[in-house]
Amino acid sequence: MDGSSELKKTPLHALNLSLGARMVPFAGYEMPVQYAAGVMKEHLHTRASAGLFDVSHMGQVTVRARSGDNADAARALETLVPVDVLGLGEGRQRYALFTNDAGGILDDLMIANRGDHFYVVVNAACKEADFAHMLAKIGDTCELTLHDDRALIALQGPHAEAVLAELWADVSSMRFMDVRACDLHDADCIVSRSGYTGEDGFEISIPASLAEAVCRRLLDHPDVLPIGLGARDSLRLEAGLCLYGNDIDTTTTPVEAGLEWAIQKVRRTGGERAGGFPGAAVILRELENGASRRRVGLKAEGRAPVRGGAVLATDAEGEDVVGTVTSGGFGPNADGPVAMGYVTKAATAPGTQLYAGVRGKFLPITVAAMPFVKNTFKR
Amino acid sequence: MLKFTEEHEWLKIEGGVATVGITVHAAEQLGDLVFVELPEVGATFEKGGDAATVESVKAASDVYCPLDGEIVEINEAITADPSLVNSDPQGAGWFFKLKLANPADAEALLDEAAYKELVG
Repeated sequence: MDGSSELKKTPLHALNLSLGARMVPFAGYEMPVQYAAGVMKEHLHTRASAGLFDVSHMGQVTVRARSGDNADAARALETLVPVDVLGLGEGRQRYALFTNDAGGILDDLMIANRGDHFYVVVNAACKEADFAHMLAKIGDTCELTLHDDRALIALQGPHAEAVLAELWADVSSMRFMDVRACDLHDADCIVSRSGYTGEDGFEISIPASLAEAVCRRLLDHPDVLPIGLGARDSLRLEAGLCLYGNDIDTTTTPVEAGLEWAIQKVRRTGGERAGGFPGAAVILRELENGASRRRVGLKAEGRAPVRGGAVLATDAEGEDVVGTVTSGGFGPNADGPVAMGYVTKAATAPGTQLYAGVRGKFLPITVAAMPFVKNTFKR
Repeated sequence: MLKFTEEHEWLKIEGGVATVGITVHAAEQLGDLVFVELPEVGATFEKGGDAATVESVKAASDVYCPLDGEIVEINEAITADPSLVNSDPQGAGWFFKLKLANPADAEALLDEAAYKELVG
């Protein structure tokens, strides 16, 4: 079956093709998996200089309180996520999770306070379901809009600030997780100092019709290379960040996933607005007592990459199975195989020796702290 | 005699022994290799058996044995430095030498012109 005709295209599709992208189907879109440089060079370039990513497939949603009071939109969002939204200052952004009644994760997302509304970015594969979920749960109090009329790009790496400063000098005053409106190349943009690579950088929402012009301006800079989804995946893996659908899903809770840091005190037991989100009973209990399994980092001893799906055992015969790898591959900056996966409570301590099943053999692998490379966020 | 398979391997056959590797096209499609696993010398395979594994940053792929035979030599240089496969796939990046069980079977494989037509 040829489903390619049904694939959606981002506003940067023509630009991607002109840059020599190899396009693949991803979350219903035709997306660049790599450009001419290839995954390895694209990955290393992002950590050494600056990389430009087309992430327009992701969902951009505005949430506006029907009452006109933005605090009402915050309160509505707090019924969907175990996160302090009411306490999120204007011009600030925060990582969040849509949870279900069992405490599982429906999606991970970013929530930004834009003063008179909230701006939410969700994963491409989940965006229709997320939007339906939001409409059903908070559509009575909030006006929700899914913005298919905007592109989204990420500019990541140590040179990202200097590159963006050539178009917009104010960028230097932003710190990690700040969000601002700005005018880039006569386009009405939303810039946040964030990303998903472990590097300092920016995510920029641009009106679709002007996206290519803004990207061409950024790509004119000698430090910038276009980067595909292949390197996006290896960069986030090295940074220890979860990929929805691999490392987190409806069968994993925020505590199992090691995402407690995303749940602020005010939403926990004893907090002013404790609970009140889907799955609160399960998640609050796990915050107190821990979960029976947990997501950990894993470093293989040999050179063979250990990939998602590999079984983890405590013995080299693979008999005492204690977990499964959810993401794994080669880390170009870690210069070796890196992975993450879920293991039972007893096997979570860094340094724990385990064995991963790869092509019928069990290879030594060690529980390791994440990230695998030091993050460089400008806090 | 130089032959090719539809699975993007090349075979250089001399005196009943085939030197086997992956084609330039295959190396380009796979991207930068970070790991190669070769069979052991003395191992025997049937045509289509999983003889070797190559891994890029993104994914693992099998390299199939192109004909029935026995592994008589392996290229350990590519396990030490997998990038050799990318830089010289049809030369220094060879994988293994296969003593063919039935050398006449090689006639049925693709010649260079037919392979070039296959990959366009």
